[in-house]
Amino acid sequence: MSVEMIDARGLSCPEPVLLTKQALKSNARGGFKVAVSSATARDNVAALLESKDFLPAIEEKQDEWIITVPQK
Amino acid sequence: MTKRKGLVLLLVTGGVIGVAAIVLMVMGNPPNMGICVACFIRDTAGALGLDSAANVQYIRPEIIGFILGAFALSLGRGEFRPSGGSSPILRFIIAFFVMVGALVFLGCPLRMVLRLAAGDLNALVGLVGFTAGIGLGSVFLSKGFSLGRAIQQPKAAGFVMPAIAAALLVFLLVRPAFILFSEEGPGAAHAPVLVALIAGLAVGALAQRSRMCMAGGIRDVMLIQNFNLLLGYAAVFAVALVGNLIIGNFNLGFEGQPIAHTNFVWNFLGMALVGYGSTLIGGCPLRQVIMTGEGNTDAGISVLGMLLGAATAHNFGLAASPAGVPVNGQIAVVTGFVVLTAVALANTKILKGAKVKA
Repeated sequence: MSVEMIDARGLSCPEPVLLTKQALKSNARGGFKVAVSSATARDNVAALLESKDFLPAIEEKQDEWIITVPQK
Repeated sequence: MTKRKGLVLLLVTGGVIGVAAIVLMVMGNPPNMGICVACFIRDTAGALGLDSAANVQYIRPEIIGFILGAFALSLGRGEFRPSGGSSPILRFIIAFFVMVGALVFLGCPLRMVLRLAAGDLNALVGLVGFTAGIGLGSVFLSKGFSLGRAIQQPKAAGFVMPAIAAALLVFLLVRPAFILFSEEGPGAAHAPVLVALIAGLAVGALAQRSRMCMAGGIRDVMLIQNFNLLLGYAAVFAVALVGNLIIGNFNLGFEGQPIAHTNFVWNFLGMALVGYGSTLIGGCPLRQVIMTGEGNTDAGISVLGMLLGAATAHNFGLAASPAGVPVNGQIAVVTGFVVLTAVALANTKILKGAKVKA
């Protein structure tokens, strides 16, 4: 199964979080990634995932962060 | 950042803002205006001669401190990332009307909380309006509203607003003849420059670190049921309330509140416009100022929009005074709602390409 990537780069607050929330609706067990380009979006997306009991892995890549939401 | 650490940071930021606001007021800032982002941008517009309201002219060191504090900390933490290009001119016009709404209410969301903490119940009406405005903005956000993506900008672009802040500091210290300073009125009431600057730097750095946002607090509760940012807000209120009680500045009621008017409708609508606009541009006036320090050029455009909004509000007689809200101000607020709604409708659901397969 291909891993879905949510591209939230360059979006203002709270759009990255809303896109992640939306993705969790269709993938309730996780198993996708979110790309963000600001530290605020990184922290906010991570906080949302932690509140849903996911342990996201965050990888810094040049000017963006890839947040991996593990499959539950 | 762990959840607990984030929460502690927000509470500390809120607490420091509360203390700073009381100390700055005691040391000379206008009543219930220890800190007001909108009023202080307005005073700066006056000092630069952008409008001709003689009693609100002063380059506020707090604003300079917010920008430079956030700039220094984001630079030090590797979070200074020049970006921009997400509908700059739409952000400019939205921010313009955010300022108009704030000057009809007489305060930004932060001053609203400070007014409330001094017993000014007109601010409670403002808070209800602010919440309603955020609700309206959140409806569009949940339907897919977006001003589009920002992209990386040249490093130099991120330095523009901090450089302007530094230039303003030079003007404040040198006091050249072309910079105007009020001799009476709110513009003449100010804490010593050094105290205000240090308070501004501290708040700027903390707000950068904690992402403190007045509009975001209510928005996050509505959209993602997250109460964290709201707790920062509560900390400002609690600390300022205790401070006001200690210094004897707590007077519960609607009448006779300093730099405030008692018109329910326009207190409500003014702050509703602030909440609506702040939600559409991703942050309250304080947050916009802080983001300029992080190299966000869209936020820089928003701050410039607020600067022009403030100058226009005084040039066109839109701003309220303790006597009430002029008809021109009422027309401007209604115009603001029309413009913001047009922008919101035109930019909802443009994010269809957000999901891509990796």
